[in-house]
Amino acid sequence: MAVALRQVATSGVNDFAIKLANVNGTGSSSANSLLMQALFRMGIPVSGKNLFPSNIQGLPTWYEIRANKNGFVGRAETYDLMVAMDSQTYVDDIREVRHGGYVMYDSTWPPDLNLRREEVTFLGIPLAQMCNDNFPSPRGRILMKNIAYSGALVALLGIEMEVIAELLDEKYAGKEKLRESNQRALHLGYDYALANFECPLPFRAQRMNANRDSILIDGNTATALGCLYAGATVAAWYPITPSTGIMDAFTGLCQQYRHDAATGKNNYIVIQAEDELAALGMVLGASWMGARAFTSTSGPGISLMNELLGLAYYTEVPIVLVNVQRTGPSTGMPTRTQQADILLCAYASQGDTKHILLFPGNPAECFDFAVRAFDLAERFQTPVMMLSDLDIGMNDWVVPRLIWDDSYEPDRGRVLDAEDLEKMETFARYGDPDADFVTARTLPGVSAKGAYFARGTGHTSLGLYTEKPDEYQEVVDRLSRKHTAAAAHLPAPAIEGTGSKLALVTLGSCDIGAREAVDVLRGRDIELDYMRVRGFPFGDEVRSFLDKHETIFVVEQNRDAQLRSLLTLETDVEKAKLHSILAYGGFPLSATTVIDRIVEWKER
Amino acid sequence: MPSIAKPLARHPAVQKNALGLGIRDYEGSMSTLCAGCGHDSVTAALVRALWEAEIPPHMIAKLSGIGCSAKTTAYFVDGAHGFNGAHGRMAPLATGANAANRDLLYIGISGDGDSLSIGLGHLGHAIRRNVRMVYIIENNGVYGLTKGQFSASADVGASRRKGEPNRFSPIDPMMLGLSMGATFLARSFSGDKKQLIPILKAAMAHRGLALIDVISPCVSFNDHEGSTKSYLFTREHEVKLTEADFVPPEQEIRVSIPADGVRGVTMHDGQVLKFRSVHEGYDPTDHVSVMRYLYERHNADEIVTGLLYVDENHGEMHEINETVDEPLVRVPYAKLCPGAAELAELQKSFR
Repeated sequence: MAVALRQVATSGVNDFAIKLANVNGTGSSSANSLLMQALFRMGIPVSGKNLFPSNIQGLPTWYEIRANKNGFVGRAETYDLMVAMDSQTYVDDIREVRHGGYVMYDSTWPPDLNLRREEVTFLGIPLAQMCNDNFPSPRGRILMKNIAYSGALVALLGIEMEVIAELLDEKYAGKEKLRESNQRALHLGYDYALANFECPLPFRAQRMNANRDSILIDGNTATALGCLYAGATVAAWYPITPSTGIMDAFTGLCQQYRHDAATGKNNYIVIQAEDELAALGMVLGASWMGARAFTSTSGPGISLMNELLGLAYYTEVPIVLVNVQRTGPSTGMPTRTQQADILLCAYASQGDTKHILLFPGNPAECFDFAVRAFDLAERFQTPVMMLSDLDIGMNDWVVPRLIWDDSYEPDRGRVLDAEDLEKMETFARYGDPDADFVTARTLPGVSAKGAYFARGTGHTSLGLYTEKPDEYQEVVDRLSRKHTAAAAHLPAPAIEGTGSKLALVTLGSCDIGAREAVDVLRGRDIELDYMRVRGFPFGDEVRSFLDKHETIFVVEQNRDAQLRSLLTLETDVEKAKLHSILAYGGFPLSATTVIDRIVEWKER
Repeated sequence: MPSIAKPLARHPAVQKNALGLGIRDYEGSMSTLCAGCGHDSVTAALVRALWEAEIPPHMIAKLSGIGCSAKTTAYFVDGAHGFNGAHGRMAPLATGANAANRDLLYIGISGDGDSLSIGLGHLGHAIRRNVRMVYIIENNGVYGLTKGQFSASADVGASRRKGEPNRFSPIDPMMLGLSMGATFLARSFSGDKKQLIPILKAAMAHRGLALIDVISPCVSFNDHEGSTKSYLFTREHEVKLTEADFVPPEQEIRVSIPADGVRGVTMHDGQVLKFRSVHEGYDPTDHVSVMRYLYERHNADEIVTGLLYVDENHGEMHEINETVDEPLVRVPYAKLCPGAAELAELQKSFR
């Protein structure tokens, strides 16, 4: 409440935040994303965030749209306009409206008058009544109500009617009846708003040209595209929110691009495993054979996969794993976002283990990093985990159009073929490391001379069973050096700044909110350098950035400051100069959280 | 699988198979299992079967979980890649390996702890997927490496070496397989090489998952008087259902079900599995009668061995998936990547 009260509704062009409060299972999400898509097509930087329950029908669900001409489209926290369609949440929803803002509600059943706030304007539209009068079927009435309020928003926000009408035409191409009823519902709301309210509102949309080279894509689809382009042929998984979209998209893409027209057969296999243990086991088996194989999961799946992550690490089999993080611990809040698997993934499995992690900050990086994950996994013969999250994975983001370089060749790492083996006297699987401490591997089905016995038990550099301290240590020490050497091959941190002594360090989806905070604080004479970590192990750039700054705010979405912990464990940074800013309630980070904490620190 | 180190020198007269390989070429490193372990006999039968079946060693992949059984993958075919994975996870590893490279012969070695307790779920789903592989359960009713706890296959009333009886119902992998849609089920006894070798060869030719339950006594922890998985108990209670013989295609004789109970089952590659039914009229392709017979014999305290069930008509994993014929690991990258132009085209829909 305090936050909302001191935030004043915006006015002007292309800078507003609206929230749509609905009951889930009523078809609201497709209407809401339609509005976001229309703003995108008007060339305005925009985001749409679906804040949904772990439920199929009947619980509260929200959708937030933020348009910002400067590209700061992180979550807003307070809103210029609330579309209050769920009586269960009126109280909270109305409270989140900014001073001078608006609430749109269904005047067929108006909310309790006591909930009204004087400094907020209430816009009543008889949505249910209009839909009951115009549409015969009960289901149609519910669905069309969403389109009707969208129509009103088109008028109130100054969205171009042609753009949204075109989107509806595309969506219902070939389904004439649906197209017609959607268009009719759209106009019901639109006409009502024009006739009864002053349109547009003081804040509104106006065509820009910011999205000419951009696309609208969710991170899960982008990840699947990356896996497709990297040449993955085997995928194994167990359904889990919020990662399921990856395999749905991958399967769809494979049906489109991996169906061999000549033979009518498939150049891929996707296996829905019996559990995550099996999913990773299948990836391990396929990668051992030399295929590019991957799995996607979320926190609970990582817990189960710990066992075989250790096996892959110790037997040095490449693994690509995408973890779309959700809120823990345990089942936690499956449809809410968090970055709380950082430590779990960094050191997954029993014994001394360390893994390569990639932290994409948006869907475009999901695409790029997915491809790099395969190269790194094969180059370093080890698991590589890409840590996305629900916000990146399941929401549509505006990102630069994805680019593919046709000269790309997969990095298969050190793999010996029959000819190589022929020239060798003997083959030692874990002997003769290269400069990065990687040893040559062989693939089954190639040559009896290259045969070796992969084992999770203690082994020598020859791959033979051992219980001798020096033989055991020789292998595990090399694994440690190999992990360190990988740092130089990971995506470098994204660094911005002018040499301030103050800095902000973050990762993943915090990027957009954190950068907005840096921008706002600059306007308040607090100058912060910025670093977004994009991989683990940490390389020289990360270390030198930490060295150069005296006070560093570490912004992340978990309770226990896991990135900060990892930085203190794996670099020599002085712990006292790292100050945590943590947002872990399950919603994407908003710049306000960061700004408030840093201002507080400054004023202390 | 020698249990003593043998000299490397080879007698020139040692018989070679069509690949020019002697049986020693199918052996592995020295067994470290207890002297007299049933598992070593299974390994010996495997070595012989692989040699007779003339499989090139590098075209074999050996997989196992954890336990005494898991160790045996090191004791045969040195020239094959092997993976001694994690407890109970042999089946997923084999499934993924087969998914990537369908050209290899997959030999999975498991135990009753590995497959009927910690890996039971994986076994069931590998059966459902009909992953083409030979899946051997070396079944001794006991956890050997941890010194003698009961496994899930221990019979009710069977006792541990120190006397206390098992009170939980046993899981019978054959009944389990029947109920889950297995396409090849056989049971044998590690002490009966004559029966086991043809079963193994038939399993290798089977187009799908061939599950073989081999009663393999544990001499250290489960070969005592109260055991139902001992050498003595098995010999006394075994009912040989069938005697199998495996006939390569060039020797094929067409057999119908004759009065003497010999029946030929043609494998997908044209080879014929001939087996003689000891029980008159036993038809290993008739699911319902197989199930009834196994229940009856089980209730009579008998261990039925032989080829129990076979279905050559059900598709294996790749047939169901309609995967390309060549192994996925050999599909060139150029065929897998749609390229820059397609990406640009696709992204027109992302607006």
